[in-house]
Amino acid sequence: MVSIRLNDLGAGYGRKPVVSGISTPAFGAGEVIAVVGPNAAGKSTLFKRIAGLLKGPGEVVLEVEANGWASGRAISYMPQDNSSSAVLSVYESIVLARKQGSSLHVGDDDLRVVDATVEALGIESIVARNIGDLSGGQRQLVSIAQTLAREPQVLLMDEPTSALDLHRQIGVLSLVRRLARERGMVIFIALHDLNHALRFADHVMVIANGGLHACGPVAKVLTPALLRSVYEIEARIERCSQGQPHVIVDDVAGDRPVASFALSA
Amino acid sequence: MPAEVTENPSAAIPSASGRGLYRALVWRKQLILAGLVLALLLSLCVDLALGPARYGLDQVVLALIAPDAVPVQVRVVLWEIRMPIALMAVVVGAALSVAGAQMQTILNNPLASPFTLGISAAAGFGAALALAFGVALIPAAIQYVVPMNAFVMAMLTAFLIHVLSMKQGVTVQTIVLLGIALVFTFNALLALVQFFATQEALAAVVFWTMGSLTKATWPKFWITLAVVLVVIPLFVRRAWSLTAMRLGEAKAESFGVKVARIRLETLVLVSLLAAIPVAFVGTVGFIGLVGPHIARMLIGEDQRFFLPASALAGALILSISSVVSKTLIPGTIFPIGIVTSLVGIPFFISLIFSNARRSW
Repeated sequence: MVSIRLNDLGAGYGRKPVVSGISTPAFGAGEVIAVVGPNAAGKSTLFKRIAGLLKGPGEVVLEVEANGWASGRAISYMPQDNSSSAVLSVYESIVLARKQGSSLHVGDDDLRVVDATVEALGIESIVARNIGDLSGGQRQLVSIAQTLAREPQVLLMDEPTSALDLHRQIGVLSLVRRLARERGMVIFIALHDLNHALRFADHVMVIANGGLHACGPVAKVLTPALLRSVYEIEARIERCSQGQPHVIVDDVAGDRPVASFALSA
Repeated sequence: MPAEVTENPSAAIPSASGRGLYRALVWRKQLILAGLVLALLLSLCVDLALGPARYGLDQVVLALIAPDAVPVQVRVVLWEIRMPIALMAVVVGAALSVAGAQMQTILNNPLASPFTLGISAAAGFGAALALAFGVALIPAAIQYVVPMNAFVMAMLTAFLIHVLSMKQGVTVQTIVLLGIALVFTFNALLALVQFFATQEALAAVVFWTMGSLTKATWPKFWITLAVVLVVIPLFVRRAWSLTAMRLGEAKAESFGVKVARIRLETLVLVSLLAAIPVAFVGTVGFIGLVGPHIARMLIGEDQRFFLPASALAGALILSISSVVSKTLIPGTIFPIGIVTSLVGIPFFISLIFSNARRSW
């Protein structure tokens, strides 16, 4: 079983730190952690640091059961941008993701994993299509397939729902939670929609001003007080008739005109 | 989500598994590569057969397989005179095409090639400095000054393009315009060299800028071949990384590709591939643009196949151009650079227009 813990983690570009001092309890197999926070709070930077794509202070404490996993790809980062005009079929692009850094020969073992990934995501019907010809939702699924084919145990998804309509957002997030449960993965997912976090995540990390503002079970962390201090909004958390908690926004906090929020970004 | 992916049932191929489809695809790509090899061999034979004295294809093949079975005169013409030129067309075409393919890959730009971005012109200027004045940009043995100068200038230019293309807000079109500016710049500098050059040096420089295979000799062929044989395996080793570059920088990085490093390595190797042919046969334009595009259309962008296909397509185009340069006016061999430009320019324009419609 996998477990991951962040210990005083920091990262930045050049000498300027973007995030620093981020420590969390250990997250275990099957858990989904929503990472939320205002624009430019450092969510992507934190993800890249966890994935080892950026250097910085602190450590990522990863415990993986010794079962032959290559530790190099135990953590996989899925970037936000997945548009491409390459002349490659969907299937080829998934093989490509899996084969990075290994031999040029594509063996049956590799293809079995790719087939299983394609099946798990239900994208059999588009494997022969060119990746440049896909719709936004299909591109997102293919991107997930590419990441899964690398068989990570910890998956970091950077706003996978940002370009999707509501139906597809729910589709992707349901899939994410199912994958975490079925495959025993830890999935970090950067989200803007707090209702999605409330519905699909087990834990939430709130990143603000380059640090970890709060971390813990979603329902406990997301409170009106937190929303006021992080997002500068007046909001309530109320349960609907199904018992599901929802964020209901009443007003922006304080006297600042709304336009100043847009400009301050 | 499944609702979306099944929205177009006609795209579904229910009977074949993904694995089976993939295996079939790989098999088809290997067949296409084999087809390109055959076409290249045929073109090579035709190229050898043509010239002031025309030979039948049967005679050419016989001279290739059993040189002793043909008359001495035929053997000398084929092996000593025509063979270096015909083979030079093949390796130069392959080198320029692979250079263009990898520039397009790392700059994510369909209009990139050594010729359109001014790298060939820069190499030409460097070579002309050596030809006209004997200037060596870095100290080298006397027989290598021309290729060395060409390489240094090519690399400086490639590096400039690399640095500028990394800047924020730089689009595909900006880089192409920059390339045009570089072409003009180096052509002007070349004109300056010509202005100050002696009569004999001027003739050498002018003839050389036209791009002609008739300057090919066995040693030049071997050097160019050596460069190709050293560089291409280095690209092959990076095949997965280079293919991933076309999925976008962020995606490639997330796959563990060292993006900045592979860009720089590729640029150095591309400069070498682009400069050496220019130093030996002069400016041969558009092969680096047309070759990779044909390869991409035939075989896609999996570099395990795209790379050899680009090399073969470039070799084939230049070999056919060599045939054309001999047959346009019987008895005259056109400078091959003129032929490739006349074919390449319409292609380039069509790419610009298709690029305006699509991102690639």
